[in-house]
Amino acid sequence: MIEFAVETRDDGIGVVTPQGRLNMVSARRLKEILSELVAGGTHRIVVDLGETTFLDSSGLGALIGGLKSARQSGGDLRIARVSPAVMTVFELTNLDRVLRARDSVDSAFDD
Amino acid sequence: MSRRLLAIRAIVLLTAVLGLNYVIWRWLFSVNWVAWWVAVPLVLAETYSLVDSLLFGLGMWRLKERGAAPAPDPDLTVDVFIATYNEPIELVMRTARAAKAIRYPHETWVLDDGNRPDMREAAEAEGIRWITRSADWAGMPRHAKAGNLNNALLSTEGEFFLILDADQVPHPDILDKTLGYFNDEKMAIVQTPQFFENVPESDPLGSQAPLFYGPIQQGKDGWNAAFFCGSNAVIRREALMQLGVSRYVGEVEVGVHRALRAARAVLRSARRDLAPDQQEVRGALDRILAEIRQARRALGQGEPLFDVTYAFQRRVAEIRRELVTADLTALQSDLAAIAELEGIADDPDVALGTVDEDVLQQLAHRDWSPLGAVETVQALVNAVDVDRGGEAQAVMPLATISVTEDMATCMRLHALGWRSAYHDETLADGLAPEDLATMLTQRLRWAQGTVQVMFRENPLVQKGLTLAQRLMYFATMWSYMSGFAALVYIAAPIIYLTFGVLPVQALSTDFFARLVPFLVVNQLLFIVVAAGRPTWRGQQYSLALFPVWIKSFTTAFGNVFLGRSLDFAVTPKTKSAEGGRTRWDLVRPQLWAMALLAVAALVGIVRVAVGQAPVFGTVFNVVWVIFDLAVFSVIIQAARYRGFEPTPSEVPEGAAGEPHEGAA
Repeated sequence: MIEFAVETRDDGIGVVTPQGRLNMVSARRLKEILSELVAGGTHRIVVDLGETTFLDSSGLGALIGGLKSARQSGGDLRIARVSPAVMTVFELTNLDRVLRARDSVDSAFDD
Repeated sequence: MSRRLLAIRAIVLLTAVLGLNYVIWRWLFSVNWVAWWVAVPLVLAETYSLVDSLLFGLGMWRLKERGAAPAPDPDLTVDVFIATYNEPIELVMRTARAAKAIRYPHETWVLDDGNRPDMREAAEAEGIRWITRSADWAGMPRHAKAGNLNNALLSTEGEFFLILDADQVPHPDILDKTLGYFNDEKMAIVQTPQFFENVPESDPLGSQAPLFYGPIQQGKDGWNAAFFCGSNAVIRREALMQLGVSRYVGEVEVGVHRALRAARAVLRSARRDLAPDQQEVRGALDRILAEIRQARRALGQGEPLFDVTYAFQRRVAEIRRELVTADLTALQSDLAAIAELEGIADDPDVALGTVDEDVLQQLAHRDWSPLGAVETVQALVNAVDVDRGGEAQAVMPLATISVTEDMATCMRLHALGWRSAYHDETLADGLAPEDLATMLTQRLRWAQGTVQVMFRENPLVQKGLTLAQRLMYFATMWSYMSGFAALVYIAAPIIYLTFGVLPVQALSTDFFARLVPFLVVNQLLFIVVAAGRPTWRGQQYSLALFPVWIKSFTTAFGNVFLGRSLDFAVTPKTKSAEGGRTRWDLVRPQLWAMALLAVAALVGIVRVAVGQAPVFGTVFNVVWVIFDLAVFSVIIQAARYRGFEPTPSEVPEGAAGEPHEGAA
């Protein structure tokens, strides 16, 4: 099973931390969480993948869906703390070439 | 290797050798260059047919008869999707009930693109799930069946899914017999035959495709190129999602590069038209041009694209805010053009990566006001940027470039290194069109889809495919060009019989000694690979539908290269309303061809009688005419066909389905 920790920081940045396996079953939940955040006015979001043990292409699809909502409302979505195992999933689809993983959640919106 | 395969290979080799021997000799020694206007088209048509035969032989070389699949893992999660748009609710429910009764544990879904309350009620009353498009699709390109499935993929979560057309009633064991192939982790698709139960044994409309759903698919399977045909197939979700994400990345990359190029041209043109006193505006445009240069440089250096576009969009937005005060009046006239631009991605036939270079060029050369130019830059980049403003879903796992999404999707999966399998056992019973008009529409749609893929993503140059896979995809596309060859095969005997013009040097012993053995082994190959399945209908229709094949080519060409509409129609699943009247108007070109052939034969005989034509050449051509007429006779049968009336003796058996593979 997977849990999602969601918090909105004082600077208005939302942080979502999927804890466990982010696969085709949990991807939809992530997508909903991200849309709800954006709809609620949080346009800058960091997805912290540091506690994600497994990721598949449906999970990537949910991240892209969240990125789309965030960008459309003038914000952005960043990913942080990607483990090497999870990174290989990004590499299989070339998503790593366009979406840069940040080292830490705190610095994700520094640039 | 089985004895059957050994025999097939021997005949394939013999066919290739005899075919090359004939056609090369024709080119070198037998073309009657004096009558080049008929001689050259004829030798080209013969060369076309030889290539078709060689590609067919290449498939047969690796004919793969898989037998039963291994037992599946008992704990897989599976969705069964029934795609519907406007089919009668009872017809959909018949399929849905059978789907629910499939033995392997699964969830059944009706994907109702028509968003019909009655459909929903009927499905849910029997415990079947119902889905229609989500709100994201409002005002977005719908992409027909591919869009319907893409929508469902984001609302469901099974590891595998079975796709069924609304009229394909599945057998209870369809999943038990196919899921085992997915024990292979790289297996993405398992296709089973499309067989139609409402077709008499004589199959007047050529609905069953016993050669395609049989040896042709088995041959492609041998080269890991078994086709996905849109229905009766099980698919691994991860494969399709991976494809969707990687396509998304590729299209965004291409799109952003093009958009930045076009944006630069728009700004330069706006800058040229500035009055000398518009210093402030010129400064702003220059700053944006600098931003474009910067963005392009960053992308060139491999900086992550999403970072680059994010920074770019923010800076342009800032500069634009400064400009608004400077220039409001000139903006009005530009707003219309900008609205048009935002519609770029709304054309259902245009994927983002394929946004037409010409459209961008036209935009670039319009006379923009400075603010209009800046707005254009923003709209351009938005249209193709990360968020894909013009699409309902950022990720579209099923290909949307073609009206038949199946072939393009399958080819892309193969290019990513996934595998497919063809399981040669009928596991669903479908309904075929029962009248000529519907049948012709359906064939045209398949042909157009295939030709579109060939024009947009030529398999011969796709990275990631093996040479054999490229050729297997190309073979199907090649077979659709038979319409042009058919024209020549009809015209050549007519021209000889009426005017005495011979396209070959001589109808000599040498000519027949090379031609006849080739024709004989070619037919022998058909007989051996078909192993008792009927092939004559398929051979007839590959010639007799020549106007359809030609139209598919010209309309797909117009669509892909000239931006015209395809006049796409959904294949109706019920008989069209005007049953009863024979629609000769639908087959007018074929009737003309038959009349001309018959008249030419008579003229030829008269010419022999009055001593104006040689006996031998005339007899040869009259035999040719008779063959052509026998082929075309199927059109008369088809036009007179009044629909299926089952009789106890006419329950067809065996595999069959989509007859879009012609004979050689």
